[in-house]
Amino acid sequence: MAKTVVLNRKPLSFSERTYLPQIVTGLKTTFSNMFKPKVTLQYPEEKPVIPNNYRGVPTLVKDPNGREKCVSCQLCEFVCPPKAIRITPGSVPEDQNDREHVEKAPQEFEINMLRCIYCGYCEEVCPEEAIFLQDVYSSSGFTREEMVNNKAKLYELGGTMPDRHYKWDKKKNAESAGNSH
Amino acid sequence: MMDWIPQGLWFEVCLKVFFAFMMVGAVMTMAGYSVLAERKVSAWMQGRVGPNRTVLPFFEYIPIFGPLLKKLGIFQPLADGLKFLFKEEIVPGHVNKLYYYLAPLIALVPALTTMTVLPFGQIYWNDGTVSTLALADLEVGILFVFAVSSLGVYGIALAGWSSNSKYSFLGGIRSSAQMISYELAMGLSLLPVFLWVCAPGVTESGLSLSAIANSQAGGPWLFLVQPLSALIFLIALFAETNRLPFDMPESETDLVGGFHTEYGSFKFGIFFVAEYAHIVIGSAIFTVIFLGGWHFLPFMNDPWPSNWIGSLLGVGWFLAKTIFLIFFFIWIRWTLPRFRYDQVMHLGWSKLLPLALANLIVYLLIVTAIDQSTSANF
Ligand code: SF4
Ligand code: SF4
Repeated sequence: MAKTVVLNRKPLSFSERTYLPQIVTGLKTTFSNMFKPKVTLQYPEEKPVIPNNYRGVPTLVKDPNGREKCVSCQLCEFVCPPKAIRITPGSVPEDQNDREHVEKAPQEFEINMLRCIYCGYCEEVCPEEAIFLQDVYSSSGFTREEMVNNKAKLYELGGTMPDRHYKWDKKKNAESAGNSH
Repeated sequence: MMDWIPQGLWFEVCLKVFFAFMMVGAVMTMAGYSVLAERKVSAWMQGRVGPNRTVLPFFEYIPIFGPLLKKLGIFQPLADGLKFLFKEEIVPGHVNKLYYYLAPLIALVPALTTMTVLPFGQIYWNDGTVSTLALADLEVGILFVFAVSSLGVYGIALAGWSSNSKYSFLGGIRSSAQMISYELAMGLSLLPVFLWVCAPGVTESGLSLSAIANSQAGGPWLFLVQPLSALIFLIALFAETNRLPFDMPESETDLVGGFHTEYGSFKFGIFFVAEYAHIVIGSAIFTVIFLGGWHFLPFMNDPWPSNWIGSLLGVGWFLAKTIFLIFFFIWIRWTLPRFRYDQVMHLGWSKLLPLALANLIVYLLIVTAIDQSTSANF
């Protein structure tokens, strides 16, 4: 059983009851604080370090071979809670040899940053690991149209991400080994 | 003494008006820069950097000096003032218009009036005479200061009442209650000072502020002689200027903005400046009475020569002390939390007032004893 310990508070001494020594101590503390290094981040000049798992503006990424990963399956468009994504599906041009096993690609891909709530569902749902919420956190514009990121903008923001699968290469190798898919 | 000045009444008047404008300019500038100091010091104490972006055009391009001024926020008060001027002026429909407009003025005018009797230095004339630098070196200087500075509370009470808002109203009530409780302690704490200054053996006497300052030349400063009076006066000064830990009329945590909740734009700006003008004048008066005014250090004669350089250095020294006190006001504000209303009343009535009375009686006895012993010698 826990034992209750009654702590007797010492009655305050006279000097403590005047509060003046305590005030002096407080003054010392605040004064010494004046010379401590400042913690302010001078924002536009100094930028914060963005951690890797930061959920910034959603972007489209390419694989290290510079190939478009999105296959325009429209899962992200479907899952997006505020309906910020609008995809116009298209086909891959026949003459693009490095993408010959990809069936589809987005013709246009728009994310409306006035609607996006940065929930990250699109990143979570994407079967091709093509859409990522990265470190861009400041987007602004003068008109509503400017706030809609089109495909070119999304790829510009996204850049390239390391790829673990190289799906198209695998498919290509599989076909040359005789498997149809 | 002033034979280099052309004679004539109109000239005298013009000169006085000119000096008055200079003085108002100086005090208002100091008030403006106290606001900056407040922002900067509070920032430094909280590990921030404070305002450091405002800069006038072209100043930025001066090497070293320009960026330094910008970093110190030297131009911030200009921007603040302009902001107040250009804000939309909203007068709520439920206010009593006449008093609503009058209140900021009533708050500001006493703050600026007290400075007429404020001595801030000495001027050494060629023929060896010395006169005090002040707009009007009244014989009853300190009484004038007390009389006028307590009028400032009318501005606050009027603002609270005319705003027709519960927050403003509570702020106004608290302010007047606080003023009444601390005015007494303040007055009583100064009586021993005057007793001391007027004691036999001291050549200069009187209620004038310059006489008090001069009585400290080459001798101890009065705050060394009468630490308790100085302490009580300082605490009462904090209460009179509505500074934390006594900012009852404002108490932004429980009264939104206190008496100026309903005020905006320039009218709020006037209240704001009035508060800081009170601080500047209060610091200056404390300097004159307890910190030796424009005299150098305690027990030391002024090291500067008795000419215009000496005058300038004296005024500079006076300003330095005042600025330190302004800093002290700010320092206290960012150190102590606010008292509760009842604690303020308790402190005022049942602590400071008896203490001030006891202090008065003790010094009464001491001064009488000294008086008896010196008169016995004669
Ligand atoms: S982060 Fe959420 S809201 Fe934004 S685009 Fe992706 S799914 Fe839509
Ligand atoms: S980004 Fe991913 S989820 Fe969205 S359409 Fe492209 S492949 Fe499908």
